[in-house]
Amino acid sequence: MKRIKTVNLKESALLGGCGECQTSCVANQTCEQ
Amino acid sequence: MVHQYKLGGYNIVLDINSGSVHSVDDVAYDMIALYPEYPREKIIADLLGKYRGRPDVNEAELRECYSDIQSLIDAKKLYSPDEFEELAALPGPRPGTVKALCLHVAHTCNLGCEYCFAGQGRYRGEREVMSFETGRAAIDFLVEHSGRRRNLEVDFFGGEPLMCWETVKRIVAYARGRERECGKNFRFTLTTNGLLIDDEVIEFCNREMHNVVLSLDGRREVNDRFRRTLSGQGSYDIILPKFKRFVKARGDRSYYIRGTYTHLNTDFTEDILHMADLGFDQLSMEPVVCPPSEPYALTEDDLPVLLEQYERLASIMLERKRQGRGFTFYHYIIDIEHGPCVHKRISGCGSGTEYLAVTPSGELYPCHQFVGHPQFRLGSLGEGLTNTELQARFGSCNIYTRPECRECWARFYCAGGCAANAYHATGRIDGIYEYGCRLLKKRIECAVMLKVAEYEDENMG
Repeated sequence: MKRIKTVNLKESALLGGCGECQTSCVANQTCEQ
Repeated sequence: MVHQYKLGGYNIVLDINSGSVHSVDDVAYDMIALYPEYPREKIIADLLGKYRGRPDVNEAELRECYSDIQSLIDAKKLYSPDEFEELAALPGPRPGTVKALCLHVAHTCNLGCEYCFAGQGRYRGEREVMSFETGRAAIDFLVEHSGRRRNLEVDFFGGEPLMCWETVKRIVAYARGRERECGKNFRFTLTTNGLLIDDEVIEFCNREMHNVVLSLDGRREVNDRFRRTLSGQGSYDIILPKFKRFVKARGDRSYYIRGTYTHLNTDFTEDILHMADLGFDQLSMEPVVCPPSEPYALTEDDLPVLLEQYERLASIMLERKRQGRGFTFYHYIIDIEHGPCVHKRISGCGSGTEYLAVTPSGELYPCHQFVGHPQFRLGSLGEGLTNTELQARFGSCNIYTRPECRECWARFYCAGGCAANAYHATGRIDGIYEYGCRLLKKRIECAVMLKVAEYEDENMG
């Protein structure tokens, strides 16, 4: 039986950092990409 | 690093370094906890003993579960390593870039809230409003320091920004005029106590403001305890009809009804529900920021009550959502599918580097909470950013320079916390406001639980 259900930061390290997202003033922010 | 907790009837496992979120049953929950400490055969023997009598727990099932855990580890979705520290040592993608300003257009206010961190809007100084010329210079400064960044943010703040309304409108018009020539997109926000809202303010804001923050503390008696006019009149009955009109006219554009809770209303969930029952559906409620000597300051004894309140709020929100009458609580918005990149999760809000506050006279500070503290002055619009040593100190604040954050499961959700809160609590901008950490961790647990519940509801059967 399936006991673990899974709902990527490393990928984001490669693709992210554009700085276009909103200044939080971080979990509730959304990426612009 | 893994963080496990049980909340709302769910067993939740967070893999901190990959961002993975797992919803598991009791057996897997126990096995994941035991995995790093014990060999496979001991774990299986122990769990066979613990779950004796459960028909779904036998040796074959346990071996299958163990294999599933190993597969997740191999896929780096469980007990994955932290491979991001070297990113923290690098300068940001565009060092020196400023992307957001908090414009203090008014260091004056028409309310006299005792708990105001800004000292009734004056920030320890004289009453003052920003001239259009200073506002224009701030827009020019932002454009000139924004590099290739397209999205720029300006928050009209105070004090009470509507006391400088004509200047606000002129600044917006000036910025809009510069958008096309510069290839920029300005996102304006406004934070107001609501007293001066009228139809013209509503129409302008609903056209120009990306977000509006409307201050209300909740129930009438809670709101009017602190939020009083200068003549001592409670503001609830004045602002509530205005806020209702504002939000109704706003349609689907973003807004927040934003309150502050203190030692005197640790049952703040009641205030949030009061706002929801008034018809508002985008809500925010924040712990008071003040010296611990104040009679309304949150105390150590309040903490268990506050943590329970956050759990209660999450439970009620889940129930209401399933009934089709859900509402949004700012701190329970968590975008686990499209959330921020790890660069942002390491460095946080950007105060002092890409986010600055501008006073009415054009002085620059790391953020609104440092205004009025002269030792944190970074420069001015006229002379530029002159205190580069201080700016470098803000730039070096990240989750790897704070020892407590390095070992904290919440570090990629919180990004190291608020430098101003840390300074007020410890005297250091790279310190830790431990009380705030405990509140934030509970909020993250609740927010992730709501996402897990959403996932489980969508995938039932």
